[in-house]
Parts: sequence; structure tokens; C-alpha cells
Amino acid sequence: MKKELKFKVNGQPYELYVKPKTLLVEVLRDVVGLTGTKRGCNSSSCGACTVMLNGMAVKSCSILALQANGSEVVTVEGLAKGAELSPLQKAFLDYGSYQCGFCTSGMLMASTALLAENPKPTKEQIKEGIDGNICRCTGYNSIIRAVTAVVKGEYKEAK
Amino acid sequence: MIKDFEHFAPKTLKEALALLDKYQDDCKVICGGQSLLILMRQGLVAPKYLVDIKGISELNYIKDGKDGLKIGALTTHRTIEKSPLIKKKYPVLVEMENRLASIQTRNWGTIGGNICHGDPAGDPAPVLIALNATLTVAGTKGERNMPAEDFTLDYFETALGAGELLTEIQIPAPPPRTGTVYTKFNIIESDLATVGVAVSVTLGAGDGVCQDVRIALGAAAPMAMRAKKAEAVLKGKKITDALLKEAGEVASTEAEPISDIAASEEYRRELVKVLVKRMGNEALARAKKA
Repeated sequence: MKKELKFKVNGQPYELYVKPKTLLVEVLRDVVGLTGTKRGCNSSSCGACTVMLNGMAVKSCSILALQANGSEVVTVEGLAKGAELSPLQKAFLDYGSYQCGFCTSGMLMASTALLAENPKPTKEQIKEGIDGNICRCTGYNSIIRAVTAVVKGEYKEAK
Repeated sequence: MIKDFEHFAPKTLKEALALLDKYQDDCKVICGGQSLLILMRQGLVAPKYLVDIKGISELNYIKDGKDGLKIGALTTHRTIEKSPLIKKKYPVLVEMENRLASIQTRNWGTIGGNICHGDPAGDPAPVLIALNATLTVAGTKGERNMPAEDFTLDYFETALGAGELLTEIQIPAPPPRTGTVYTKFNIIESDLATVGVAVSVTLGAGDGVCQDVRIALGAAAPMAMRAKKAEAVLKGKKITDALLKEAGEVASTEAEPISDIAASEEYRRELVKVLVKRMGNEALARAKKA
């Protein structure tokens, strides 16, 4: 039996009916249609499906969609303001912080949540912030460099 | 693929207990679901009814009083990790949470859920045993308390009866001159423990004699266990390196580890030996400073 799910994704309210077994990542990708969130390992290991739920980074493959009822979800599609990318997105581009790109949205969400909580993390804290995210191309250094650049104020927030 | 189930989201403990009482073994409790959903996806668990207790806010709290700390079962790992109060008075809990899985998992997963999952490699259980914690379990007929060390009975099996729910963790205020530490050995940071060891040492006033000691092992037996024989080596004596070495050896013998993908039985016994000694030393140093 389907149940009602009312929540906001990137500021947009949704009223859906989903099967209880539906995972948050499935609703975001298959129902809402935002495919920026990736489905990787499906077992809470790789972090590719990371989104922000009420401001916290979580793995959307390991949360029932119904548990997001009444909450605000931000996906990678919600980071840019209009046509202007977020500072982290710009930095990821400039520092080549992706190779195949599959981990990128998860990395962006994990580091966005990190900077929201701690705008001046140390290198160790940045590493801890993306510890739940795997980059199979092993491009961690360039990701850390991009986050560091934002921490140093090289990029301004879009107005 | 996850099998279909009926989903209930009670908002109060009373409602949750009524549902558990009604559906008994046909239902499963989900909170953060960070462990359960993996089992459900693998088809190892396929409940007909899922009682989702994540929204029961009355079970989400951290309270500190004269008699100690009370943590609601629904408190997330991240909340414990970030609590200034816990950091100041029970730093070992913060150190343990810090190494538990990833931030994403800690943001959604709860300490109660972790314990109820009953994985012998879970981080909280050995620490709670070392801290001499008591767990409160509620059912429709009332509440009962049990020491943390009696909660897990076997692999993924707990003392919870059908219809019962873990509601609270109580940690007594540590006696003076007590130091508690935890570490785990793992290959990948944020992974489960290959072996985890928690040690708590309480020293006597002035004489520096070990008045009380609790040694708890994770991933070294079918459930988080107390190494009581190893404790007996240290209790009532002035702790020396030689005694700690002996305690490590005794703990390594009383452990009942298995061989699996992470390590062989022999390797785990060796880890117990080394880590009990190392953590014993650290707990002692901390007790001296406390």
C-alpha cells in the first residue's frame, strides 16, 4: 500500500505517494527526476548518493523515502543559484576535482555539509568530511585542494 | 530487492509499543536503518510490518544528572559526538563515535539502533560495558533494566523480547580517579572493528592501586564481551607493564573470535593481546590525570 510523502526538494514542495520500501535515492531519481544524485554501492559504503536532509549529509540509499516526510532535501541540483554555480562547484571545476565524475555529486554534498557546519576546516577535518565518500578514480587530492581553495576564500558565494 | 512491507510511523513510545505488541515477531523496528536496510536489501530480513520509530522525539535526548548520564535510544551518533557535555565528562564516547562509520551514517544512525542490531563488531557496546552502563527496555507491561553486558546474547541476537523496545542508556557518573579508553583495529578508517577494546581503570586514593577495572572486547566473540579473567589479573594490584602484558594474554585466551573476511582467529587473538595491554596503559594514564 502506498503512503503519502510530503517533502521539499531544493525548495520545491512535493506531494507523492510511494511504496514504503522505496528508498530516498529512488524517489529523488525515479519520481522527482533529479538524477544528479547517483546510486553507487547501494550499501551505504560509497557515498555517491549523499544528499542533505534538513542540513545534514546523509546517504540516500540507506534511508526510507518515508523517513524524509516533512523534511527539506537538497540535492546537487540545488547547489547552484540560477545559472551561477556554488563556490564548491566552481572550485571542483577549476581544480579538476573529478575524473569519471560519478562520485562528484556526493563529494559536493558532503563537502557542502561540512562547510555549512564548519566554514574553516583543517585539512584533517576536510578528509574526515569526505571520509564516507569513495572516489574510485582516486582523485582525492584534487578534491581536497578544491575544498581548501573555498575555505581560503578564493571563491565568492553567488548572490 | 527489498520485499514489500507495511509501514507504521508512531509518534509516541506508547503507540510504538502497542504496534510491537500487536505484530510481535512479524514486525521489525527501524530507526536510522543504517544496518537494517542493508540486511533487508540482501533479503536476510523480510518483515511484514516495519515499525519506524525515528519520529518518536521523546526518546531523543541527552540528560546529565548527579547519578550520571542518560541517553535516549534515538540519539544519533553525531549528536553524541558533538555534545560538549559528553566530551567534557565522558570523552571516550566521543572518541568512539568519531571512529564509527562515516559522518553521513552517524548523522542518521542512532546509538540505540546500533546496540539493538547486535553486531559483535559494533563500537558502542564495548564502551558501554566498560562504562558500566545500564539499558532500559520497555514493553506494554512495563520497563526492565539490564547491564549493557547482558544485552547481546549471540550474533545479531539481543535480550529484547518480542514487543520490547530499548528506550534509554544510563551511564553512572565515573568514580574519582577513573580513566576509560577505547580503540579498534581496522584496515579502512570508518570500517567496522576487526577487534575493538575498551578498558576502564579506577585507582584507589593515594596508593595508586587498581581498585576496579573493566575490560570489554568487540568483534572477539559472538557478542561484545567482558574479559573478566583479564580484569582479575589487574584488580587490587598496582598496575605494571608486566601485569598488563599478562592481562592481554589472559584476555586473548578467554576471547572466542572467529575467522572471517577481516581477519583469522589467530590474528584476532593477537590483536586482543596487544590492544588490551595498550588500552590498559592508556586507561591507567588517564585515571592518574582524572
